[in-house]
Amino acid sequence: MHIQIHGARLIDPASKTDQQADIFIRSGKIIAIGEAPRDFVADHMIDGNGLIAAPGLVDVAASLREPGYSRKGTIASETRAAAAGGITSLCCTPHTKPILDTPAVVELILDKARDEGSTKVFPLGAFSQGLEGEQLAEIFTLHKAGCVAFSNGLVQFKNNRVLRRAMEYAATFDLTVVLKSQDSDLAECGIAHEGPVANFRGLAGIPETAETVALARDLLLVEQSGVRAHFSQITTARGAQLIAKAQARGLPVTADVAMYQLILTDEGLADFSSLYHVQPPIRSYEDRQGLREAVKSGVISAIASHHQPHEDDAKLDPFAATEPGISSIELLLPLALSLVEEGVFDLPTALERLTCGPAKALGLKAGTLAVGTDADIVLFDPKGQTVVGESWQSKGSNCPFMGHVLPGAVRYTILNGRITHKNV
Amino acid sequence: MTPPSLTCPLQLNDHGRLRHFLSLDGLPRSMLTEILDTADSFLEVGARAVKKVPLMRGMTVCNVFFENSTRTRTTFELAAKRLSADVISLDVTTSSTSKGETLTDTLRTLEAMAADMFVVRHSDSGAAHFIAEHVSPNVAVINGGDGRHAHPTQGMLDMLAIRRHKGDVENLKVAIVGDILHSRVARSNMLALKTLGCPDIRVIAPKTLLPIGIEQYGVNVYTDINEGLKGVDVIIMLRLQRERMQGGLLPSQGEFYRLYGLTEQRLALAHPEAIVLHPGPVNRGVEIDSAVADCDRSVILNQVTYGIAIRMAVLSMTMSGQNEQRALDAEKQESR
Repeated sequence: MHIQIHGARLIDPASKTDQQADIFIRSGKIIAIGEAPRDFVADHMIDGNGLIAAPGLVDVAASLREPGYSRKGTIASETRAAAAGGITSLCCTPHTKPILDTPAVVELILDKARDEGSTKVFPLGAFSQGLEGEQLAEIFTLHKAGCVAFSNGLVQFKNNRVLRRAMEYAATFDLTVVLKSQDSDLAECGIAHEGPVANFRGLAGIPETAETVALARDLLLVEQSGVRAHFSQITTARGAQLIAKAQARGLPVTADVAMYQLILTDEGLADFSSLYHVQPPIRSYEDRQGLREAVKSGVISAIASHHQPHEDDAKLDPFAATEPGISSIELLLPLALSLVEEGVFDLPTALERLTCGPAKALGLKAGTLAVGTDADIVLFDPKGQTVVGESWQSKGSNCPFMGHVLPGAVRYTILNGRITHKNV
Repeated sequence: MTPPSLTCPLQLNDHGRLRHFLSLDGLPRSMLTEILDTADSFLEVGARAVKKVPLMRGMTVCNVFFENSTRTRTTFELAAKRLSADVISLDVTTSSTSKGETLTDTLRTLEAMAADMFVVRHSDSGAAHFIAEHVSPNVAVINGGDGRHAHPTQGMLDMLAIRRHKGDVENLKVAIVGDILHSRVARSNMLALKTLGCPDIRVIAPKTLLPIGIEQYGVNVYTDINEGLKGVDVIIMLRLQRERMQGGLLPSQGEFYRLYGLTEQRLALAHPEAIVLHPGPVNRGVEIDSAVADCDRSVILNQVTYGIAIRMAVLSMTMSGQNEQRALDAEKQESR
């Protein structure tokens, strides 16, 4: 298939390009930008007039729910939703059943993704066996099987000694660890950000220090062990400051934030809506400001969906009894554009945090429009709009943005030169 | 782009009258006064030889308690019976949910029995809101206590006790003492006092038992009980749960009593005619001295009587608001 994307404005943050140029695709690769190669005859022409072409988005944290929880989502359904959100590469989290701590599960996921998926799927392996935080998983073997990094989710290691050893072991083989810092003792029984809103409603709080105390410890252990670390889903302004300070003293750590965390605040708890029940929690207005600043400055170099689809029943209970999580992977680009519209950051910055930023953080070969790379491209209409829920792909409709009208519309998502999503 | 603020008054009907009773948040002062006035009139009913009025004849009230309770459940039962309603009381802690039935299924089953009203107690904050949102709109929902969030009939019965013994709260200093953090009673009391215009609401507790953002209730915070009780007209003591000793909130019951227990000496710091309230059950020697609990300034037992009157008022007002809404909905249906 020879594809020519004609007339689009091309923004590639990796090469700081922003220009009007055609893209030429052959055998799944970008073979030229600007001038057509001499022998090129397009057998499919995409009209890009009025559209922006950018690298396909890279999402470093999404729960695909398969294997084990197919009532909540499957690799097919959730990657289809991701493609609708402009994503071409994503990292899936290890909270599957069985847990992603054996090569067999890695292979199962990679096979399914190849056969039924609409994006590239990069598994995050379990850092400890069964995600229990006691015994290190066979991370070298898992890496060879295809895991790009290792995470223990929100489960803490049994103690700091085990955590330290785990980091040193990972550092031995130059493996990347993904840390979600939350002290489980400080967070115990909490279901919402500890602040005036949760207290007014009588919802048990998770203090800011649950994140910052654990984050400070983790940063020190990262420094000591020399492991390559990515901090995932920072929720507090102070947490972002700790990352900034570590980076300033030369520690090569990266961080991401959940897209919804840049938009929602704990004010949403006011009517007890279980759609706002997430872990770690949606925090205060001031935290949101701090996170936005950190994204703008680049301290936080990636914005991820932290997609967690659920069946309806999982959210149909009083707040505390519901399962935490928001399904919003298919809104990744429109939500980013709503922040651009609000003036939080400019479009190239937003795209950088969604493409080469996350790709670099986890060392993925993705997130650029360079000639010779895989043709993973998103084409969107910045003047269009997305009515949330009008065409919903995810199995989970647990989304607090349902019914909202967001700016921008994804028109085409292209993966390896193949159209995975089209809305024209 | 922020989510739409849902200030939609779930508990009011189209005419702004009660159709559910979930929380005192958002209820106007006039409505709280109406509840107190109505309860006053029901107090006479309780004093009569025949204690029934026919206001809810033919209506079915379901007490659905997902959490243990004796006095709240009994007084709700009595209140409904005195209004001539049929009453079913279900102790759900020991039945369906332990068999794995979901909350919504339990409620739909009860709904199918043509209940007109649910009185609900649940250990999760927001449970009453959830139930009001998810049962058929024709069933009135009364919050009998949800988690740490609200216990609005308790809040109102405390206001009735204060009004009957001390007059209008507009001229009073009121102190709430003890475990504010975990207390739905304290939250409902603070809201009621604020709405009714109490000029000096004090909360007295160690920092471990004070919620973050307590200032939003418009209260004055004291960590020293001897300071906080000075000159107050009303002292509301809260129950201290034993499990607070775990988790590092307090070292021991003994130290709590030494620092925050209401003794006769401390009562002497308050206004000479100050009254003492407690939602019960009382932990003698933990938050309050036996002598104080039994003294003539304690209105703890009167609170139980007022509780029945308040619950009669809330039940009858809510049922009438619900019936009004049913008629409005029927009209709308017809005109369509």
